[in-house]
Amino acid sequence: MLDKNGIAKRIAKEVKDGYYVNLGIGIPTLVANFVREDISVEFQSENGVLGMGPFPFEGEEDPDIINAGKQTITTLPGASFFDSAMSFSMIRGQHVDLTILGAMEVAENGDIANWKIPGKMVKGMGGAMDLVASAENIIVAMMHTNKAGKSKLLKKCTLPLTGVGCVKKIVTNLAVLEITGEGFKLLERAPGVSVDEIVKATEGKLKVEGEIPEMKL
Amino acid sequence: MIKKTVSGVEEALIGVENGMTFMLGGFGLSGIPEKAIAHLVKLGVNDITCISNNAGVDDFGLGLLLQNKQIKKMISSYVGENDEFERQMLSGELDVELTPQGTLAEKCRAAQAGFPAFYTPAGYGTEVAEGKETREFDGKMYVLEPAFKADFSFVKAWKGDEAGNLIFKGTARNFNPCMCGAAKITVAEVEELLPAGSLDPNEIHIPGIFVQRIFQGENYEKRIEQRTVRQRA
Repeated sequence: MLDKNGIAKRIAKEVKDGYYVNLGIGIPTLVANFVREDISVEFQSENGVLGMGPFPFEGEEDPDIINAGKQTITTLPGASFFDSAMSFSMIRGQHVDLTILGAMEVAENGDIANWKIPGKMVKGMGGAMDLVASAENIIVAMMHTNKAGKSKLLKKCTLPLTGVGCVKKIVTNLAVLEITGEGFKLLERAPGVSVDEIVKATEGKLKVEGEIPEMKL
Repeated sequence: MIKKTVSGVEEALIGVENGMTFMLGGFGLSGIPEKAIAHLVKLGVNDITCISNNAGVDDFGLGLLLQNKQIKKMISSYVGENDEFERQMLSGELDVELTPQGTLAEKCRAAQAGFPAFYTPAGYGTEVAEGKETREFDGKMYVLEPAFKADFSFVKAWKGDEAGNLIFKGTARNFNPCMCGAAKITVAEVEELLPAGSLDPNEIHIPGIFVQRIFQGENYEKRIEQRTVRQRA
């Protein structure tokens, strides 16, 4: 079974040379730590920066340079700043190659819910609705089950949707899965996790074909 | 040169009234019009509608207006990090229109650019699209979103000149440029106000035509919401 860093490490393998990538808050943010150093990648943050670098050294924090999680950051050579409308022109206009974000629920048809629990928690969708509605290549990073042990990979989402039929790939603490026309398809198992455990933790339709390889991290 | 300078925040906010709609720049606490917000608190205008990506934190930014219950309605994309906001929203005291971030930016830009509405894929099939016109283009579904209408835009820039030209810094730029000229009156507060001719016309982010009033604010607090650092090797 993977921890959050393990999920990020597996997703980092999906980041290819020449990609512009938008990382969501939470596990997705960790992906930047595991991307191969021999490839060229630029990270976009929807509040208006392309070419995000690591956190600043202590004493060098600049309140005017933050990421979408409101964390102080630095920029790398080749970076640029822009306004919010232009930022979403990059996203809506499909200039960003890969979007990685978290989710509360994903359905077997690719629907995603991650912004609201009616009556309990309303933080807002931020840029997630724009991202999922436009991105061609969306990977969801999340735990396979919630704290109560219930599956987050469902037949149908129970929470208010963020987007419809948009998720392509999911990396959880248990597995890598793809969304196909016929539900979830199991691609890889996390180290030490059996197909049976994944089947039990998946409420939505799950297709298991042949031998399922263990993830290489 | 058409001069846009006013004496300070008091003169800049003349005409502000109860029940008005305001646009306020900023992302989190970065690039917020600190001086305009502080003066709105002082003036005590109420029943206002605020269009702003976030709602500040409990004791800073728009959180100050929320604490005073001056805000009737918020139009935002993300309102975490603010307990008072969540409390007022869940109790029904505050009307909240959550809007996808890119749509929020474009509704500002559309108002600035003279478009009455636009189609976006964001929110299609979700509760954001409920009651809105949808249309298919090339096999994909889109939602019709109208431009915002506002009485005042309050923006914060790094440098400005007497002609109202503005230059922003870093990610403090965010929604500020999109809101210039998107309301009946745009008020720009800057850290450094310079004589006309001091700024290179090539470097201007927002031309003064979009700004009606400009003033220099003193002692910006620029609070950091999430201070993240790395260790020196």
